Amino acid sequence: MAKLEQKTVVDLVTKGKRIDERGLESYRPIQIQVGLIEKANGSAQVFLGKSKVLAGIKVETGEPFPDTPEEGVLTVNVELVPLASPSFEMGPPSEAAIELSRVVDRGIRESKAVDLKSLVIQKGKKVQVVYVDVYVLDHDGNLIDAASMAALAALANSKVAKMEMKGDEVIAKGGQHQLPLNNHPVAVTFAKIDKTIVVDPSLEEEQVMSARLTVTIDKNGHLCAMQKGGLYGFTPDELKRAVHLAVAKAAENRAKIMAAAKG
Amino acid sequence: MPEPKQPEKLIDEKGLRIDGRRLDQLRPLKLEVGLLDKADGSAYIEQGKNKILVAVYGPREAHPKHIAMPERAVIRCRYHMAPFSVDERKSPAPSRREMELSKVIRESLEPVVLTDLYPRTTIDVFIEVLQSDGGSRCAGITAASLALADAGIPMKELVAACAVGKIQGKMALDLSDAEDKYGDADLPVALVPNMGLVTLLQMDGNLTTAEFEQGLSMAMEACKTIHSMQRETLKKKYATIKDAVEEREEPEIVA
Repeated sequence: MAKLEQKTVVDLVTKGKRIDERGLESYRPIQIQVGLIEKANGSAQVFLGKSKVLAGIKVETGEPFPDTPEEGVLTVNVELVPLASPSFEMGPPSEAAIELSRVVDRGIRESKAVDLKSLVIQKGKKVQVVYVDVYVLDHDGNLIDAASMAALAALANSKVAKMEMKGDEVIAKGGQHQLPLNNHPVAVTFAKIDKTIVVDPSLEEEQVMSARLTVTIDKNGHLCAMQKGGLYGFTPDELKRAVHLAVAKAAENRAKIMAAAKG
Repeated sequence: MPEPKQPEKLIDEKGLRIDGRRLDQLRPLKLEVGLLDKADGSAYIEQGKNKILVAVYGPREAHPKHIAMPERAVIRCRYHMAPFSVDERKSPAPSRREMELSKVIRESLEPVVLTDLYPRTTIDVFIEVLQSDGGSRCAGITAASLALADAGIPMKELVAACAVGKIQGKMALDLSDAEDKYGDADLPVALVPNMGLVTLLQMDGNLTTAEFEQGLSMAMEACKTIHSMQRETLKKKYATIKDAVEEREEPEIVA
């Protein structure tokens, strides 16, 4: 990014304005479509401004972890697909991709969003495994929020087959039911640009931010995950203000996500 | 080593924790610097059962060359756990957790290091967890900033880190392994005390906004305590060097 462009973004933010004319505390337009991938148990595509991500849920039969014999298994992965940005490379996941995956995972796991107890077919032996795979298709900033929204919408859109044991084999009972969700975590990400905090940073804003903060809020308005990123830090007051703003923003976005997931 | 069993209570009737601590009490903390011979700087920390060794190499020529930055030094960081550091052997290959922690630890140290003094170089921070207990990332940061100082790398300030968590519905400082495992939330914080800047913040579990605010101020207080211990540790090292120099006999000058 050219120095002049960087300066424009920073100057605007210090005046309380943004390059795309949003308010400092406003999200870009959010568009959510569900059920685009017929072969997945659930799917959702999210546009957050020009950022575009696609989440697909696959539910398969597997074995539980030895320390949680009465729970199904959840895995969350976010892929920075090379077609999404000139900065994404082929090969093993980068540090940024691993952090992104783990922050999205943390929100879903720590809020106990997926009712893992309902996924047991035979205690300690057979359970259903829920794979949440999020594909980043176009990177225009704030992938954490976009990927988290897509993951939640796709989970809320998921149908799973009813399974049972017949002898040693797992067979489908026939019929499907909604994947049971206990919670609806929503991530809200902030960027610190000069001394100003903005919500939902675009790619240009991410390129000039000194630090980043994600606060994931559950449906009760409690915090379930946080992550600071970037090469600088936040003052305690900035953190407290961000947390309060996150509670409000998460509620707004949650309403959009859940309405879209119903189709 | 089999895993210890889940304790019945994390806090007893007297308000004390499994290891006898109060809710706002740190575990015993031991800091050392300059204990490795080859490294440019090194530090060792024991915090509870955590035993962590940190080495700093650099500023040195960047390898591979393309990672070098024309206007500043690049800090690289590896947080790594020894296979024997946990109850069940851990594969020595870096896990996704270790990769993430390496990133957030590096980002917690960047704000204090004057990287623009050393363009086109790297500063490598190697954090080896020899035995892990709760709060190893924070202990790693505390030791890493000491190792950077020990390497003589110009810094604005030392970074101190400590986690708080929620056990049995109460906010508690510096969680041990069992408290982290069976508790309700974990909130690791790194602070640059004189800049009033939080440079690492993560959270998992369940906290209300009020609990977060309480936890943040508990963690910041603890970071200030740890920070003064870091300073003492460095001072002690230089006092030892000074004494050694002063005690040395003047060499005789042979004409």
